[in-house]
Amino acid sequence: MKARFAINGEAREAEGAPLERLLDVLRGPLGLTGTKEGCGEGECGACTVLLDGRPVLSCLVPLVQCAGRDVVTVEGVAATDEGRRLIERFVAAGGVQCGACTPGIVVTAFALFRDDPEPGRERVREALAGNLCRCTGYEAILRGLTDDAERPTVSSAADVPVEAPPAEAGG
Amino acid sequence: MTRPAGGGRVGGDDVEDGASARSAPPPAAPELGLSPGSLAEARRAFAGDPELVPVAGGTDLMVADRLRRAALSRVLDLTRLPELRGVAEVEGGLEIGAATPFHALRDHPEVRRRFPALAAAAAVVGGWQIQERATLGGNVANASPAGDSLPVLLALEAVVVADGPGGEREIPYERFHLGYRRTALEPGELIVRIRLPDPPAGSRQAFRKVGAREAQAISKVVVALVGRVEDGTVARLRIGAGSVAATPVRLRAAEAAGEGRPWSAELADDVGRAARGEVAPIDDVRSTAEYRSEVLGRVVRRLVLGLGEGA
Repeated sequence: MKARFAINGEAREAEGAPLERLLDVLRGPLGLTGTKEGCGEGECGACTVLLDGRPVLSCLVPLVQCAGRDVVTVEGVAATDEGRRLIERFVAAGGVQCGACTPGIVVTAFALFRDDPEPGRERVREALAGNLCRCTGYEAILRGLTDDAERPTVSSAADVPVEAPPAEAGG
Repeated sequence: MTRPAGGGRVGGDDVEDGASARSAPPPAAPELGLSPGSLAEARRAFAGDPELVPVAGGTDLMVADRLRRAALSRVLDLTRLPELRGVAEVEGGLEIGAATPFHALRDHPEVRRRFPALAAAAAVVGGWQIQERATLGGNVANASPAGDSLPVLLALEAVVVADGPGGEREIPYERFHLGYRRTALEPGELIVRIRLPDPPAGSRQAFRKVGAREAQAISKVVVALVGRVEDGTVARLRIGAGSVAATPVRLRAAEAAGEGRPWSAELADDVGRAARGEVAPIDDVRSTAEYRSEVLGRVVRRLVLGLGEGA
């Protein structure tokens, strides 16, 4: 089947089986590789996108349900001022290590902040319960998404410029 | 993605195309994705082709591997049927549209006020993204013994309303699951609503899920309890449990151990013991039979204690 839908505000068409995963359509024919596949079973949140504005797992959304709908991926989030600011806070707090979970967390957090510009730490934790991260231990992510972002952190301490190695050592 | 030439292609809401594909089905049953916009249209399509695979939130169906998904090539999308969405007031209770996602239920003021056990279950069905998609009717139709909302439906004595070629019929939820992943639905029937009768005045409701972590885990044990303590006596007790048998189960022996007796810590012990005694759970990847029995007894005991506190 063919399905026409909006992706990041642009009308696109995709062809595939009715149960083709939105995730595969995005990363394959549409070339939007910002959305990551983690588990492929709806457990990890890495493939989160917005479907008609709601955060959903693109590995569980079949193509047949996309027709006529509005999909926003991490690329679309990053193209907005709010999304940009969110990503900058996230980076500043050291909320990224390997990065596989990051696009899903950014999209989920974007939806949260849109609904509630000042969620408390508990609300952020609950909203992100479906986004697994195997690197950070979540603390840096939570700092990036709460007011704690202003506090000095281990990762920001690591941002202290390190002296470049002497040129001759590289020779 | 390949599809047979002349396949019954339907583009989303493009129902005219869908109608013509149904009226002249090619012999090889080619791939078909139907997205009807009304229940009447869905009913016609499903009656004409009961092999269509209904899909709502897709949170179980889509977990299938690629080959199995490709084999499910004729699909009936249930996400665009207004009749299947929302919460409606009916005499003596509420009716929930089968394709209403859990996120809408956990936030719904009337659901929270009158069916707090359902709101509590809706809040722990996966994370936010799952709750946006997974539906109450899907939880029922998927018929997993671990479905989080299902013990609540048992304890509330919910009624499943199905719609099919023979019209609407009502099936008490307790008689809906015939065995492991088997349901009372007939070919061509869809679950359209779940009716929740208001429990008697003065009832309390409780829900507890035990999983590997607080969020996004499939239950090892899940329990819902609805009951009423009147003048110090347990006047009414309904308990549903999941992940402890091949289907979600009403714990009738536990209910009988409690009803009509004075509420006390000893009574809670007895009800918990009866609960543990009336199930025979299995070992699987998530837990062991022994753990499940033990935890079921303790959770039931604690919920019975809560029933009478301050009453």
